[in-house]
Amino acid sequence: MIPTAFDYRRATSVAEALALLQEGGPEAKLLAGGHSLIPMMKQRLAEPGLLIDIGGLDELRGIEEQDDGDIAIGAAMTHAEIAASELLRAQAPIVAETAAAIGDAQVRNRGTIGGSLAHADPGADLPAVMVALDATIAILGPNGDRQVAAEDFFQDILTVDLEEGEIVTGVCFAPCRSAAYAKLEQRASKFALVGVAAALTLDGGSCSSARVAVTGASSHAQRLGGVEDALAGASLPDGAASAAAGAGDGLEFVNEDLHGSEGYRRAMTAVFARRAIEAAAGRG
Amino acid sequence: MSEPVPITINVNGRRRSAMVEARLLLVHYLRENLNLTGTHVGCDTSQCGACTVLLDGRSTKSCTVFAVLADGSEVQTIEGLADGDELHPLQDGFWEEHGLQCGYCTPGMIMSAANLLQENPSPSEDEIREGISGNLCRCTGYQHIVNAIQHAAERMAQS
Ligand SMILES: Cc1cc2nc3c(=O)[nH]c(=O)nc-3n(C[C@H](O)[C@H](O)[C@H](O)COP(=O)(O)OP(=O)(O)OC[C@H]3O[C@@H](n4cnc5c(N)ncnc54)[C@H](O)[C@@H]3O)c2cc1C
Ligand code: FES
Ligand code: FES
Repeated sequence: MIPTAFDYRRATSVAEALALLQEGGPEAKLLAGGHSLIPMMKQRLAEPGLLIDIGGLDELRGIEEQDDGDIAIGAAMTHAEIAASELLRAQAPIVAETAAAIGDAQVRNRGTIGGSLAHADPGADLPAVMVALDATIAILGPNGDRQVAAEDFFQDILTVDLEEGEIVTGVCFAPCRSAAYAKLEQRASKFALVGVAAALTLDGGSCSSARVAVTGASSHAQRLGGVEDALAGASLPDGAASAAAGAGDGLEFVNEDLHGSEGYRRAMTAVFARRAIEAAAGRG
Repeated sequence: MSEPVPITINVNGRRRSAMVEARLLLVHYLRENLNLTGTHVGCDTSQCGACTVLLDGRSTKSCTVFAVLADGSEVQTIEGLADGDELHPLQDGFWEEHGLQCGYCTPGMIMSAANLLQENPSPSEDEIREGISGNLCRCTGYQHIVNAIQHAAERMAQS
């Protein structure tokens, strides 16, 4: 399968990428790892006239602890690099583990966190984790930079709070050990049919507060408010099942395709919410 | 019309330069421009791994990368694995352990296994199965492929 012809430019800096985006207008598209965009171009579901390669930009690389203790990941970090990060394994193991469970080795060697978040496939894993961790997405555009909370960033199927001409430069979140992600994967691609991320604040054997987010089941990654409310004050792990029981009921829209009916995905949302909560509680 | 783009890629230790269309996939560049037909196209939809090569040392589905993205990089294909007449331990392992039947998946399987053994020189059976989960084989049922990779890991550990 051959995509339609396009012009190719490899940006040498973020500033140059921004300028090229301005120049190219609606015809221009960024390319990071290419593992969502290139398959779409081959199927001619995307036909950009100008491809701006930001995959190798040093400015978009790095996994670092900042002065305030938060962890920042550059947009161009690959899933494989995130999975291998000692810092993440120690301080936010949910992020490294989720990256390690994406696709296969070849996909993880190319695909990036920035691409995954900007693309916002309804079955992508990292968006749910970023919502559960209350991460901030850093965005740079022609009018300067802005920060958006992950839960506001994801808006609909393949739709995020990103204007034409803007670039996601990275994500940032507070360290969190008592968090875990559990997914029912599509056996071939490993995308989540249902994936739930739970980040808990634990006080001995009970949960003082929680953020729980789902992906795959619905149009975009979003919080499961009912589960979060039920978890507040719950004793864990015993209370996980009852807190998670209604997880799927709270979803307004549930995907349905040959891999899973609406009813199945609703039911599995509760199952995988319970598993994520139990795994997170086990880390307390 | 888009402008042809100059690229220089080090392929199996040789510098290769060309003017290519930006939409040319790396797998087509290797097979059609360089005649390196050991890299196969199985699905052309990023699923099967038959087209796997090492791009700067890491396994990559060459049907999901444009040749221009590899400009300035090193690419290793199945043709670049043997040392003269001396088979690479992975090639030897596939030979000794009957790691193939039709052979269609084999070059991609071996390049994925090379990526795995680089990161994890003595993988468990489960780790091998995870490591090659991006490569599909319609013939063997995988067991002999796993044995072949174990064989190679043991031989590489000895040398
Ligand atoms: C076989 C296969 C299996 C997969 N399995 C999984 C899975 O199990 N779980 C999962 O979560 N994902 C999976 N993926 C998707 C994979 O993780 C993609 O790599 C990822 O979704 C996109 O990242 P990318 O760097 O490849 O982005 P690209 O394909 O380069 O870009 C995707 C989109 O994001 C835009 N973009 C890229 N970077 C930026 C940026 N910094 N700022 C603004 N916009 C940007 C691009 O313009 C494009 O529209 C799979 C992909 C394949 C091919
Ligand atoms: S041909 Fe590239 S993954 Fe199948
Ligand atoms: S040996 Fe035939 S596909 Fe693997």
